Amino acid sequence: MSFRLPNAGCLIDRSNPVSFTFNGKPVQGYKGDTLASALMAADQRMLGRSFKYHRPRGLVASGGEEPNALMNMGEGARFEPNQRATTTEVFDGLTARSQNHWPSLNFDIGALNNRLARFFPAGFYYKTFMKPQWAWKHLFEPIIRNSAGLGQVPTERDVDRYEYFYAYTDILIIGGGVAGLEAALESGRSGAKVLLLEQSPHFGGRFMVDDIEVDGRDGPAHIAHLLAEIAKLPNVTLRARTQGAGVFDHGYALGYERLTDHAPAATPRHRLWRIRAKRIITATGALERTLNFAGNDIPGVMLASAVRDYIRLYGVTSGARTVVVTNNDDAYRTALTLYAAGLEVPAIIDARPNGGGEMSDQARALGIRIETGHGVAKVIGKKHVTAVEVCLQSGTGGAVESIACDCVAISGGFSPVVHLWSHCGGKLNWDEENAMFSPDPSRPPTDQNGEGFVLAAGTASGALGTNACISTAVTAAHQAADEVGRSIKEEAAPRLTQTPDETPMAPIWTMPAQAPYKLRSKTWLDFQNDVKVSDVQLAAREGYESVEHTKRYTTLGMATDQGKLSNINGLAVLAGALDAEIPQVGTTTFRPPYTPISLGSIAGEASGPLFKPTRKTAIDGWHKSHGAIFEPVADWRRAYAYIQAGETTQDAITREILATRGAVGLFDASTLGKIIVKGPDAGKFLDLLYTNMMSTLKPGKCRYGLMCNENGFLMDDGVVARLDEDTFLCHTTTGGSDRIHAHMEEWLQTEWWDLEVFTANLTEQFTQIVVAGPNARKVLEALGGTDVSREALPFMGFIDGKLAGIQARIFRISFSGELSYEIAVPASQGLLLWNLLLQAGADFGIAPYGTEALHVMRGEKGFVVVGDESDGTVTPHDLGMSWAVSKKKEDFIGKRGMQRSFLMAAGRKQLVGLRTLSDTEKLPESAHAVEGGKAIGHVTSTYFSPTLGHPIAMALINGGQSRMGEVLDFPVGSKVHKARVVDLVFYDKEGAQQDV
Amino acid sequence: MLLLTCPYCGVSAEETEFHGGGEAHLKRHADGSSDDAFTAYLFERKNPKGIVFERWRHVYGCGKWFHAARCAVTLEVFGTYSAQTLKPPKSIITSIKAKRPDWEEIS
Repeated sequence: MSFRLPNAGCLIDRSNPVSFTFNGKPVQGYKGDTLASALMAADQRMLGRSFKYHRPRGLVASGGEEPNALMNMGEGARFEPNQRATTTEVFDGLTARSQNHWPSLNFDIGALNNRLARFFPAGFYYKTFMKPQWAWKHLFEPIIRNSAGLGQVPTERDVDRYEYFYAYTDILIIGGGVAGLEAALESGRSGAKVLLLEQSPHFGGRFMVDDIEVDGRDGPAHIAHLLAEIAKLPNVTLRARTQGAGVFDHGYALGYERLTDHAPAATPRHRLWRIRAKRIITATGALERTLNFAGNDIPGVMLASAVRDYIRLYGVTSGARTVVVTNNDDAYRTALTLYAAGLEVPAIIDARPNGGGEMSDQARALGIRIETGHGVAKVIGKKHVTAVEVCLQSGTGGAVESIACDCVAISGGFSPVVHLWSHCGGKLNWDEENAMFSPDPSRPPTDQNGEGFVLAAGTASGALGTNACISTAVTAAHQAADEVGRSIKEEAAPRLTQTPDETPMAPIWTMPAQAPYKLRSKTWLDFQNDVKVSDVQLAAREGYESVEHTKRYTTLGMATDQGKLSNINGLAVLAGALDAEIPQVGTTTFRPPYTPISLGSIAGEASGPLFKPTRKTAIDGWHKSHGAIFEPVADWRRAYAYIQAGETTQDAITREILATRGAVGLFDASTLGKIIVKGPDAGKFLDLLYTNMMSTLKPGKCRYGLMCNENGFLMDDGVVARLDEDTFLCHTTTGGSDRIHAHMEEWLQTEWWDLEVFTANLTEQFTQIVVAGPNARKVLEALGGTDVSREALPFMGFIDGKLAGIQARIFRISFSGELSYEIAVPASQGLLLWNLLLQAGADFGIAPYGTEALHVMRGEKGFVVVGDESDGTVTPHDLGMSWAVSKKKEDFIGKRGMQRSFLMAAGRKQLVGLRTLSDTEKLPESAHAVEGGKAIGHVTSTYFSPTLGHPIAMALINGGQSRMGEVLDFPVGSKVHKARVVDLVFYDKEGAQQDV
Repeated sequence: MLLLTCPYCGVSAEETEFHGGGEAHLKRHADGSSDDAFTAYLFERKNPKGIVFERWRHVYGCGKWFHAARCAVTLEVFGTYSAQTLKPPKSIITSIKAKRPDWEEIS
């Protein structure tokens, strides 16, 4: 059983009890406990089920590397799956539930998979679910989706807040263990600005646990000393509960601060630090590796360092009788710690033939039995450990002896945490002696000046001993300070450390060395994703020689812990199976973040209404208060239709169209782009931008124009007005205003920089209102101030003047096909003019209309909308607009592109009108025309025309212009719609209505 | 996230303040060009593993286009310069050669 010890536990406050629930059951812990330590104290050894085989799983580690103890945390709008019990601090009211089992943690139906394990080898998905083809979608995938998962998916919207924080520093130190703190103190003395991030709530790392003496102080006292010294330096900032999550280009780094996960409050929950540092010191320590023997995943088998952590930090033990299994000296510290806590250590199993150094002598002197040259054949126990079978390490696993125990502390050596060093391209060396990858200081990630900007310090640099750990930190601090231009003048006295002599570790990748398949198939590498030694060996046999391929085939290291404990063991097993050296096999790529960070922190404040601002016109408030329903168009919202009492949306659209065609309509066109192009070469420039000729336009006149990209595909359209000899006003589509302005600038700055032209985007400076319909002129005349007669202001002309005293520019252009004026006034006058027009138009039957009425009316006229009729693969010729493509101009953007043979070929899709055979049946949006079983085109726009009393549509059809009169099939679901190919213009083909 | 200096306004800023525009010094092929030359202009890029000449726009700043010479492998930046030039200026080539003596410009 696991339990709380009577004393010990430097992080917990026994006078401050905390209650929380686990699987609905109340549990007591102390302030300072992690969820893991509190559950250990409550003798809750099984904390979840594994991903594939649903095997019982308990704690393995004590930090962010923990693969097993993942929880469904919180409830309702604060529910979050896959949270690590080892990094969750308990607080009153915390609720946690274990994952991946049904109906309960103790009794799980899914555990049947474990019995069938030999039918689920690596890659079984790829092998099993190949045939029949239909079964994937209808049978396999639904079952897999249902059973896959670990945690549950949240169902409510997250109610917490998140934020960004921007920080600029000379030196960023990641890791608040002794190396990080020594580096912070040393570099801080140079006067450099230093920021140190520590992921856990406390500083000190292994110094809080291991018996180490520095300058006559014990570990915790030395950490307290360092913190006190650093507190004197105003230029050094320390931040706990903040993970250095990633290192990126040019000294950019992300920090992930958890503000309220340990104490719910109204402040933001997580803060994403976006840091620019001139130098980054990674003092991220090392992680212990597991040992590979059968049953190493049974609850009660833990990392030796973690067993020690729980005793020293939280005063809890995973067992009363612990067998220690190791290939190195460090695990002896655990044996000595257990012994000192009054707990039984029936044996230390040391795989090395000659055993360990000074600490092994200490253990022996205390009477602890040590078996060298031995290993574990297998662990006995179902839901927790009851015994280990000890065997010769060199043999095949014939058991020598069974030793009863309730905990197994294992140590397979240490791997420096090289993740942050590697994120931005730092390279690694293979350290043969310690069987680990460590940073190669000669190949660091480089910054904008080509200089290394990351320095590894302490055990993260591969310096495993205490002396080396501290001295590498001091060296890194000096180098970083020098490189940011702050040299350290006074040399600090070297630290005097007292540590026992150690004997080198021995690389042991399988235990026992000749383990047969039966044992290897129960030997876990990746605990979270259920990958075993036999799976990696199978992958090697099946030809997966690359470590990246093996990873994906077996899912080794692909779980939320990203293989922090399993990767090196997996590589070693793969190397063994391929008969290659470990460095030749290489590592998989280390990618940020170091451990998962919340999506909320990545979004920061950008959620809800702040996710993306909405652009509104000056008349938006009027639209809203007059029944408008809106549609998003680019970043704008536009009135789609104005719904009156008792109307459906379709009723309103019909009414608006009939009012405009029969009397007069009013439309807010302010969102259209308005770009001024000015200069002596403005005409020349526009001739290059538009497919048609603009330089010949006379001042006071308007011309419709098309713009293509270099491929010859349509990208925008609009009306150009020539204001004077040197000045043009280019109207763009609503979505195009910023894009087209940028397009103009790009060509002006990077290709035709010899042209004397300036551009300015005035889209938001003007409100533009359309007055369209047979009574339009009467409305403007009622306002008075400018002669808008046919003679004074003919079709496709414009005039500057006053309307009801407001300075206005009045264009005679029409997108509805009616007599139409577009009136541009300063945005500040927009709402005033809108109201004046409504008043003046009241006697003439004026009605505001929305974007859908506009679309239907332009559809009746056969006018295209860029983005509806065009999709980035359509030329003006395809749209029947060859008339707008100049044959005279030597050059324009898209001219050469359009000449490419396949864009000139016959049979391309061409725009045509469609008339359904039925007068009541509208074609569905985007329906495909099918001929002889092949799609020959698609509907681009489809409406019911109230003007004509029947549906109309436009479509891009293969060779459409030569199909006039043909009836095409549009099958949708079980129904086949039939429509005749007709001319594009349904209404007033001669244009008599608009030119009056 | 790169740090770049805009040669027009002199501001050193984060990559998010700029917008990348692909390979610099492309020669435009227009009316009268062969199919091959035009296709190459539209679609073919050098994409070397090493030093690249790129177009960038200081889009959330002065709005100007400029060019940057940098190493796509080590992320070292050798300099930024005006977009209104047909080839990298001598000063840029010199600073590249100073650090990469073996480097040859791809034509």
